[in-house]
Amino acid sequence: AGLPLIGRAAELMPKSGKRVVVIGGGYGGTIAAKYIRMMDKSIEVVMIERNDHFVSCPFSNLYIGGILKDLTPLTIKYDKLAANHGVKVVQAEVTAIDAAAKSVTTSKGTITYDRLVVSPGIDFRLEEMKGYDAAAMEVMPHAWKAGPQTVLLRKQLVAMKDGGTVVMTVPLAPYRCPPGPYERTSMIAHYLKHNKPKSKIVVLDANPDITSKGPLFKKGWKDNYEGIIDYRPAKKVTEVDPKAMAVMVEGLEEVKGDVINVIPSQRAGHIAVAAGLVGDDKNWCPVNQTTFESTKQAGIHVIGDACIAGPMPKSGYSANSEAKVCATNVVALINGKETTDLSGINTCYSYITDKDAISVAGVYAVKEGKIIAVPNSGGVSPADYSMSKIEATYAESWLRNILTEMST
Amino acid sequence: AISAVAQAAPPTAAMLSNACAGCHGTNGGSAGPTMPSLAGQSKEAITVAMKKFKSGERSGSIMGRLAKGYSDAEITAMAEFFSKQKLHATTQALDKAKIAKGASLQESNCGRCHIEDGKEGKDDTPAMASQWLPYMQMQMADYLSGKRKMPEKMKEKVDPMSKEDLDALLHFYASVK
Ligand SMILES: Cc1cc2nc3c(=O)[nH]c(=O)nc-3n(C[C@H](O)[C@H](O)[C@H](O)COP(=O)(O)OP(=O)(O)OC[C@H]3O[C@@H](n4cnc5c(N)ncnc54)[C@H](O)[C@@H]3O)c2cc1C
Ligand code: HEC
Ligand code: HEC
Repeated sequence: AGLPLIGRAAELMPKSGKRVVVIGGGYGGTIAAKYIRMMDKSIEVVMIERNDHFVSCPFSNLYIGGILKDLTPLTIKYDKLAANHGVKVVQAEVTAIDAAAKSVTTSKGTITYDRLVVSPGIDFRLEEMKGYDAAAMEVMPHAWKAGPQTVLLRKQLVAMKDGGTVVMTVPLAPYRCPPGPYERTSMIAHYLKHNKPKSKIVVLDANPDITSKGPLFKKGWKDNYEGIIDYRPAKKVTEVDPKAMAVMVEGLEEVKGDVINVIPSQRAGHIAVAAGLVGDDKNWCPVNQTTFESTKQAGIHVIGDACIAGPMPKSGYSANSEAKVCATNVVALINGKETTDLSGINTCYSYITDKDAISVAGVYAVKEGKIIAVPNSGGVSPADYSMSKIEATYAESWLRNILTEMST
Repeated sequence: AISAVAQAAPPTAAMLSNACAGCHGTNGGSAGPTMPSLAGQSKEAITVAMKKFKSGERSGSIMGRLAKGYSDAEITAMAEFFSKQKLHATTQALDKAKIAKGASLQESNCGRCHIEDGKEGKDDTPAMASQWLPYMQMQMADYLSGKRKMPEKMKEKVDPMSKEDLDALLHFYASVK
């Protein structure tokens, strides 16, 4: 896979000692790079990321809802990872991985490695959404990767007339961030309620029901957004028509909107697919459940949204937790030491209004080589919303801590 | 394909504790004003807090759900890990007059347990030096409302004090480096 090499692309950084290359500077990649350096300074770590900054998806729904005024608090740079930990950050696009030669091809040249960590996040299964191409994305934004798409969706909401209809489509699970679409529904409803009270949002969900924190979302919607949210389960959108501003449910039912947020189904980032890291489902990457080494290609570890980590959901916190487990074991493997079983956590806060948030938490361990949720632990916030005000303040601190972890 | 990997060792203290850092900061040094720093906190205080979260004796928003995922031995290992980290010096905007007032009140009122200007705690008393003020204010509010149960002897000291004096004390502890 990837581009055929004509002759040999220039070697970007000749390797002398032990080297780990990390692909992706998001929730998983930054943490893997930083923790490897924290654990073993003798290992050279090169992190390759296409952008010179990263915008967090977590909290981007608050920007769409008008609660955050800009994306600055969600944006990190990589200079301190370099200064504080000696991570070598290369801004380039990775175009191919050669597992046999232990080499990565980038837009700037090739880089060899002893071990490779891949955390590219997601790309879309566009073949499952007829008509949804790059041009359609500019009309019907997905906003499922934070940045210009997030800004576009916000702009469209602000420009919409009062009395307009927002349509949002939700793909079948698994997708990035199970509660994400429902937090977004809440934030858009919050904006409409306070700014365009004659408007509504129609949610066309391919799933049979809300996929995460269902009862809590339903109560939050009933208490705050009665008449604004029209939630329709088991409505799988398979086709879009940007000219008509319409989407088609299974080719049968047409739904029109003034603003349309299409969240297509997803798979591991393109580079993971191109490198042969995805499994039989052709979408996600099977890995050893404690080292995160690919079961497809030796010497390559996959973390974050792209991998299959048992019951751990595809979230930023999971990616953060997986990255540390992976880092520990990459360091052990490079030094010929014994590996250590995973201990992981996932937590995810979702805002319902500007002042109320709910959460889900889980603790994970390994049993007989498989990741399990530790029995009788974890769960969601109290059903009566008695903690929602305080959790909104904790959620803000959560963001500060996790982004600080990634950038310092 | 890769053959099944040899047996891995059970999670170490660092493996367990690193998972907490997404909320409490790298090595337990928190950057979020309502999330407590764990770095430099005493082993006893963390162990007791975790066990109280686990049993439900201490109410929390999320820690109860998380603490239930760990054995007592794992809790001790994490408590030891965080207690060995360097105290996290926070940079907070604090009222100088309140700090001075708190400094004059602390020794006689709280000093028996929150010793060394709050840098240490007697037995399982938590250290408070450099802890985030908003976090401590939220905890004090929970103590005063009865949501979190105060130790009897602490209650004897806290109950007669004015809200202003208590807030001055928390400013003082937050300011200690
Ligand atoms: C609206 C929304 C809300 C969310 N809210 C939450 C939340 O509240 N809490 C939570 O825990 N999670 C949340 N998530 C999920 C979270 O964003 C993801 O789970 C997380 O980003 C996954 O981390 P990752 O490292 O796998 O991918 P990413 O964080 O997306 O990082 C991947 C990086 O790799 C780079 N990259 C990819 N391919 C290449 C290549 N070929 N060459 C160079 N660079 C490349 C990309 O540019 C990107 O920077 C939310 C997601 C969405 C969409
Ligand atoms: C999702 C965020 C989150 C994660 C993950 C998390 N904590 Fe906490 N922690 C909190 C919050 C919030 C509080 C305040 C109590 C509450 O509301 O539950 C807290 C309080 C504490 C306290 C009390 C500190 C004091 O001074 O009173 C301890 C000890 C603690 N956590 C330890 C841990 C350990 C150990 C882990 C990992 C096993 C962990 N925490 C993981 C959010 C988190
Ligand atoms: C007799 C001992 C004692 C005295 C006196 C005392 N404390 Fe405490 N303090 C404790 C103990 C023990 C805890 C932990 C209790 C628990 O588990 O909730 C605590 C906890 C706290 C906390 C929460 C810290 C955290 O990290 O969660 C604050 C704030 C606090 N005390 C403030 C004060 C102030 C202010 C005074 C004086 C006016 C005071 N205490 C006097 C023993 C004492």
